[in-house]
Amino acid sequence: MIRAQSATVERSGRRLLDDVSLELQPGEMTVIIGPNGAGKSTLMKALSGELQLTQGCISYDGMDVALYNPRQLASRRAVLPQASELAFPFSALEIVRMGAVAQGAIDPVAEARLALARVGLAGFEGRPFPSLSGGEQQRVQFARALAQVPRAVDRGLPRALFLDEPTASLDLGHQISVLETARRFANEGGIVLAILHDLNLAAEFADRVIVLSRGQVVAEGPCCDTLSDEIVASVYGIAGAVGRMPAAHIPFVLPQSRHRAAV
Amino acid sequence: MKTLALPLGLSPRDGDRSRQGVLCLVVLLLLLTVACLISLGSGPTGADLSHLWLYITGRGDELSLQERVVLEAVRLPRTALGLLVGAGLAVSGAMMQGLFRNPLADPGVVGVTSGAALFAVAGIVLGSTSLLAPVSLLLGSHFLPLMAFLGGLLNTWLLYRIATRGGETHTTTLILSGIAVGALSLALMGLLIFMADDRQLRDITFWNLGSLGGATYARVISVLPFVLLVTAIIPFVARGLDALILGDAAAFHMGVPVQRLKRLVILAVAAACGATVAVAGSIGFVGIVVPHLLRLVIGPSHRFLLPASAIGGAALLLIADSVARTIVAPAELPIGIITALFGAPVFLMLLLGRHSAQRMGGA
Repeated sequence: MIRAQSATVERSGRRLLDDVSLELQPGEMTVIIGPNGAGKSTLMKALSGELQLTQGCISYDGMDVALYNPRQLASRRAVLPQASELAFPFSALEIVRMGAVAQGAIDPVAEARLALARVGLAGFEGRPFPSLSGGEQQRVQFARALAQVPRAVDRGLPRALFLDEPTASLDLGHQISVLETARRFANEGGIVLAILHDLNLAAEFADRVIVLSRGQVVAEGPCCDTLSDEIVASVYGIAGAVGRMPAAHIPFVLPQSRHRAAV
Repeated sequence: MKTLALPLGLSPRDGDRSRQGVLCLVVLLLLLTVACLISLGSGPTGADLSHLWLYITGRGDELSLQERVVLEAVRLPRTALGLLVGAGLAVSGAMMQGLFRNPLADPGVVGVTSGAALFAVAGIVLGSTSLLAPVSLLLGSHFLPLMAFLGGLLNTWLLYRIATRGGETHTTTLILSGIAVGALSLALMGLLIFMADDRQLRDITFWNLGSLGGATYARVISVLPFVLLVTAIIPFVARGLDALILGDAAAFHMGVPVQRLKRLVILAVAAACGATVAVAGSIGFVGIVVPHLLRLVIGPSHRFLLPASAIGGAALLLIADSVARTIVAPAELPIGIITALFGAPVFLMLLLGRHSAQRMGGA
């Protein structure tokens, strides 16, 4: 279990994170939503042990995150960062292999191939990373994170997957397949924390939604409680948008509806 | 032999370039052996390859005294020195490029070499003053390499502080601040040269040219520990440098102690660069050409790039040195001229390639 207790982060006089307390449970997928600059990435960085807190404490299984060395942390959680550029032409396989090496895989190349197949990029192993499209790069990075925590529960300990806007440059189909992979990871007993901008995707996949605004937790709980008209209006300034049909001439696409169609 | 048939610059379909890496190391070792033989067996006077063959096969007493002296006292230390200097330069270049995430970072281009030369010159000029004389006496032949190491360290650290903001190094800032730091070092060096006497001036001229000409066993011994140290840490930094290419945060997420790694690499680069400058002067572009060419063949992974750079750098410098001392025999061309002649175009190519890639919207 990963827990934040009154986590506060201040940088150059600004409070980026204000007294945030929360728990990430194994088997649960938690989604952070909130407007730009709400402190979503800061919260994720704090939880991943990357950022030092000004006050409060982050703990993994009751032990302060600062007491783990980077190597130990790497075996507990993997992080999918936002899009990044690469100055050297590593192949897709070489990138994913790094994740497998980080968790001490005996055959990192085989694990890397497996992870690439899991994100639907089998056959892309030899492609230079910089030559891939933005979405493909994102999926290669996701495969790297998966290769770092290949099993949701390993040696009795749940592993965690931190995803910072995993759907940012993906088409609708891949957005859903990435989140389904994350969902499966949680179902198998792992911890998943994702930052999402798309409230529909958050509503479909999250067990628990954390609404963040100006560094503070505004609401927390299952999506039927947190994605209400009042909260969306107060946080995003968009009123009357939850659960209503748009005007008749505007088509709309809701990924959640695909389950209905299948039934 | 599928791997051999692959065109340069393309990774194999399955994306795993380990086999190319191993193959490349083997080929480079062969190349290095040949380069050693050429270096030992060529020169303006005395012994040639047939004499060398006699010497190696244990029939050294068939050689004349002069031939033996040339081989043992001139060629052997020179070859050993070239080997160490070449390896040190290329590895420090490759490590620095990994640290700065930038294929253009070369200790010579960004002013680290000038810092080392500055401190070496300071060691020569101020070495007899009351402040430094005891240190110089105590350290003997290690004094100048240590001074150069400190100079290299200072400039690498300065450069890192200036050109890296929030874990990102921008090429323009890196090159420009490198020029500034280098220019400052050169200016201070000019000041020292102004203060120097005739004997010191002769010693100083040596730094500016860059040559293996003054090779002695003492120099070989004084550079040896530094180059060994840098080669020895390769297995410990290779994985971390790979991860660092994805960014500081990503490297940390993958279990790399980022700050410790960076400190170690800065130390190693300064050590290799400083020590080589102290014994052979500033020889430019080896640190940029060798890793660049190798990346085209085996990819950017430091597991293979670093050891291959060590071997390739040694081979390249030995060949360049053999050319330098035979092409205008009995005179000798400064080796820095030769490395710059083919190094500068490669540097330009890299710069232009980057430019067009950026214009096309690539990385």
